Amino acid sequence: MTAYTSEFDDIPGTRVFTAQRAKQGYHLNQFCMSLMKAENRERFKAGERAYLDEWPMTEAQKQAVLDRDYNAMLELGGNIYFLAKIFATDGLSYVQAVSTMTGMNIEDYQQMMLDGGRSPEGWRSVKDGT
Amino acid sequence: MARITAGLTTSHIPAIGAAIDHGRTQEPYWQPLFAGYEWTKAWAAGNVPDVVILVYNDHASAFTPEVVPTFALGCADEFPPADEGYGARPVPVVQGHPDLAAHLAQALILDEFDLTLLYKLDVDHGLTVPLSLVYGQPEQWPVRVIPLAVNVVQYPPPTGHRCFMLGQAIRRAVESFGEDLTVHVWGTGGMSHQLQGPRAGFINSKFDAAFMSRLVTDPEGLARLPHIEYVREAGSEGIELVMQLIMRGAMGPKAEELYRFYHVPGSNTAVGHMVLQPAGLPGGEG
Repeated sequence: MTAYTSEFDDIPGTRVFTAQRAKQGYHLNQFCMSLMKAENRERFKAGERAYLDEWPMTEAQKQAVLDRDYNAMLELGGNIYFLAKIFATDGLSYVQAVSTMTGMNIEDYQQMMLDGGRSPEGWRSVKDGT
Repeated sequence: MARITAGLTTSHIPAIGAAIDHGRTQEPYWQPLFAGYEWTKAWAAGNVPDVVILVYNDHASAFTPEVVPTFALGCADEFPPADEGYGARPVPVVQGHPDLAAHLAQALILDEFDLTLLYKLDVDHGLTVPLSLVYGQPEQWPVRVIPLAVNVVQYPPPTGHRCFMLGQAIRRAVESFGEDLTVHVWGTGGMSHQLQGPRAGFINSKFDAAFMSRLVTDPEGLARLPHIEYVREAGSEGIELVMQLIMRGAMGPKAEELYRFYHVPGSNTAVGHMVLQPAGLPGGEG
């Protein structure tokens, strides 16, 4: 862990997609990329567990996908632009999928965005509480 | 001699492309956003360059987890719109300028910017949404485009300073091209946004306003902003803003701001858009 990466841990509610996380999430993100092909989306939808078992992913990564637990996927090396292939397969928009990571329901999240977005106040630093 | 006559920044949110493609631009949610580009569309119709060097980032469309180039230049004859999982956008195939691209590749690499060169590239919303915002829905794009893809997905992306220096090098490279061409440089992405984790939906309008002003008046100082400050003040995906410094470097030491627009929200993102030109050109104040 270098100073460069450890600084990011001070940002609340955020997992920065570092080179380390890219390595950790390589197979998870490759699975996501496979969903760019319609025939793979069909096979995945027909049997999610069996499709996931074709990939050398960790059990925790597979479970996070099955649960659509996007925060867990981020923690395990997923990146949002790859994970987008999962929620596109589910027919969800970015706003719908992203809201699931915030603990807010979709209506409240959308209203927050219409009201100008999440305020930076209180979301800048864990250490400083600002 | 080729010369750079304007620069432009704009967000490249995918939902904007979907709104255009599905005829929803006049819906109440979208109308104020598209109204903010009307000035630019009129300006752009009267200022059509030969080539746009379009700085953008790919979003897991052309680049997989297997290859992560920091700076990649599109050298092909043409660039088809990518299928991002919903089918390709119904927009024209982007025509490249392989002669200028080959010249840029040579000049920039000899200037010690070690670019990746792309001879096959499908371009995603990062590149096609800005074209749609500026040129609407034509049968063919009115300009040739040289894509410059920047990694801003996996950290570390290039530093703001490196981006600014690359922009300066692009200016030198364009000016050493023998053919008489006009060139615009577009820096896309941003403004503040975060698409992940409990902090998703993060928007910082104060930071965005200051960034837009400093991009014009204090680019060298702005270029020194470390990555942690982008994440802290503009959100984890707000790091895309470093790409705007490539555009600014290409404008030369002084730039004039012709137009500015800012709007929240576009989907999860703050929309920012500016038109600049190098100081001293006709059409500006000085």
